[in-house]
Amino acid sequence: MELNGAEIVVRCLAEQGVEHVFGYPGGAVLYIYDAIYNQDKFKHILVRHEQAAIHAADAYSRSSNKVGVALVTSGPGVTNSVTGVATAYMDSIPMIIITGQVPTGAIGQDAFQESDTVGITRPCVKHNFLVRDIRDLAETMRRAFYIATSGRPGPVLVDIPKDITVATCKFTAKRGEVKMRSYAPIIKGHQGQIKKAVQHLLAAERPVIYTGGGVVLSNASPELRELVDMVGAPCTNTLMGLGSFPASDPRFIGMPGMHGTYEANMAMQNCDVLLAIGARFDDRVIGNPRHFSQVARKIIHIDIDPSSISKRVQVDVPIVGNVKDILQDMTVLYREAAAETAPNKAALERWWEQVNAWRARDCLAYEASDTVIKPQFVVQKLWEVTEGKAFVTSDVGQHQMWAAQYYGFDEPRRWLNSGGLGTMGVGLPYAMGVQMANPGADVAVITGEGSIQMNIQELSTCTQFRLTPKIVCLNNRYLGMVRQWQQIEYGSRYSESYVDALPDFVRLAESYGHVGVQISDPADVEPALREAFGKYKDRLVFLDFITDPTENVWPMVKAGRGLTEMLLGSEDL
Amino acid sequence: MAAPKHIISVLLENEPGALSRVVGLFSARGYNIETLTVAPTEDETLSRMTIVTKGSDAVIEQITKHLNRLVDVVKVVDLTEGSHVERELMLIKVRAVGRERDEMKRLSDIFRGRIIDVTDKIYTIELTGVQEKIEAFIEALDRTSILETVRTGVSGISRGERVLKL
Repeated sequence: MELNGAEIVVRCLAEQGVEHVFGYPGGAVLYIYDAIYNQDKFKHILVRHEQAAIHAADAYSRSSNKVGVALVTSGPGVTNSVTGVATAYMDSIPMIIITGQVPTGAIGQDAFQESDTVGITRPCVKHNFLVRDIRDLAETMRRAFYIATSGRPGPVLVDIPKDITVATCKFTAKRGEVKMRSYAPIIKGHQGQIKKAVQHLLAAERPVIYTGGGVVLSNASPELRELVDMVGAPCTNTLMGLGSFPASDPRFIGMPGMHGTYEANMAMQNCDVLLAIGARFDDRVIGNPRHFSQVARKIIHIDIDPSSISKRVQVDVPIVGNVKDILQDMTVLYREAAAETAPNKAALERWWEQVNAWRARDCLAYEASDTVIKPQFVVQKLWEVTEGKAFVTSDVGQHQMWAAQYYGFDEPRRWLNSGGLGTMGVGLPYAMGVQMANPGADVAVITGEGSIQMNIQELSTCTQFRLTPKIVCLNNRYLGMVRQWQQIEYGSRYSESYVDALPDFVRLAESYGHVGVQISDPADVEPALREAFGKYKDRLVFLDFITDPTENVWPMVKAGRGLTEMLLGSEDL
Repeated sequence: MAAPKHIISVLLENEPGALSRVVGLFSARGYNIETLTVAPTEDETLSRMTIVTKGSDAVIEQITKHLNRLVDVVKVVDLTEGSHVERELMLIKVRAVGRERDEMKRLSDIFRGRIIDVTDKIYTIELTGVQEKIEAFIEALDRTSILETVRTGVSGISRGERVLKL
């Protein structure tokens, strides 16, 4: 069957089961948009800025097991997308970005809306392609999906010159799996290494299981829960891994790291066997790597990417492969080995006493107030009102940390944030992607008055597509995390961290056809949330909570300090 | 102590942009490249690249892991881990007038260089060898007599029956 390039793109998306494409049209992709006009396989969601298209597609992947797809035009369409692509790349999110390019003959001529897309995006994609021949188009699309979703996932970009989208060639439907001689990710873990790991776990007196985004990405939450049951160790999830293990389980000791719980950080540092699963010993998680490594403990590290292993911390037992496969093998081998060598129950009990003593510090306690709204209180109430079951997206800053600390996630893929790149402005577009992938689900955007303005234009997209996230804006009139650092590290010199000249968010939301509410009395917090998720379930509600501007995120490990050198509150300053 | 030199051989898809992925990786992660040479192999769909770099064992381990992570890279070997042969080619244009002319010829012979272009004022010498030999030759010359040098960077191959191919 003879098709033009644009039709081939549409066919290739359809054969991958794509149901939604987030995008923004422009000159170089007009043939593709023409082909979209003539098809009914997928729905196109028109955003208001290309960055939001990428974020929405990224969230579509994060919140489901499907692959998000974004489509943008050449030049500025691409450069506007770069932040989104880099965000997805840092968090290893599988997604496809299709970009228009000027016609092949115009490449390199500084043509109108030309950019070196492959060059610009190279450092922030798992892989990218420039299609130079219509006969390569279908195969390239298939490779893109294969690469994005296999191994350590990541965004893959396909740059298609305009002439390729109108040229024609024979199209044959996909047959069999893609095979590439230069790319074959390792799936199964080395059995000998897994056995060695099991021996360490059985011999452990003070084990800790520390897991990251890799568990979410490989859908290994059931396997993780089984393993924690067997080992009986405390479990901590990083910012990217929250929900992999239920926050409501007594063995969950909270998030580790810069704003992690006292018990998680103390346990990470004082354990004798640390099992790291799909986590990368990030600087925000382990603090100063030298301080972290100064204690003797065995580290087992499961990761699909060999380059993540022994990158920041030397590990004793590396296991490369897909987390889910490895955990399946590990539980089988653990059960076998435990039948012969029983784990040290008495030591484990002593360890739990210690961990519970740390937990008794109640490091997330904060001073309640009935005059000013505490941001932590809003997040707790949101959890209550949504029964802990909502999809929650956040932006970046203090509100992000409070969301991670106080909204206890019991399921994976419910918590979406930019953990690696730390991109302000993802919250609202993330909510759009979540809602397209999970129709009917409750979606909340926990944000601040700074972050929300970085993609506020998407309120219009929400109007057009009847998207109904509840925006929980913790409005403290400051770039809160910047203000916090300035208070602690820069002698309270609040340089440019005051967010002046704020819009009236209520009227702004209303002008887009949404519901806007401002809440400044703590007594109104819960009723407002109940109304948003009840009466206004089918509307987008902008909840502008006027919160305490002086509140800080605790605990805190200052940059460069050791993980256990925590500040637990302003009294430690 | 200076970090030891490593010669890393890479077999990669002969695709446009593959070279820049490798170079981009080195610059993005702050690894150094002493020399880099690349050309297609007998199979024109594959290129062979030789990179000379310096770094601690941990850095070299990360370099090979990251190279392997590139989708276009088929195979990576650190030649310095085993027994290997390395060669670099240099073309050097030197002043050759008066008494210097004979001296230059003699020196070239000692280093087994070949004079491949001659005028009444210059010799262009081709010299092949390990990096140290080439550097020794440059050292042996009077700096003012050197008019131009061009070096290919190191190519390397393992000794014996070990091969790096598909």
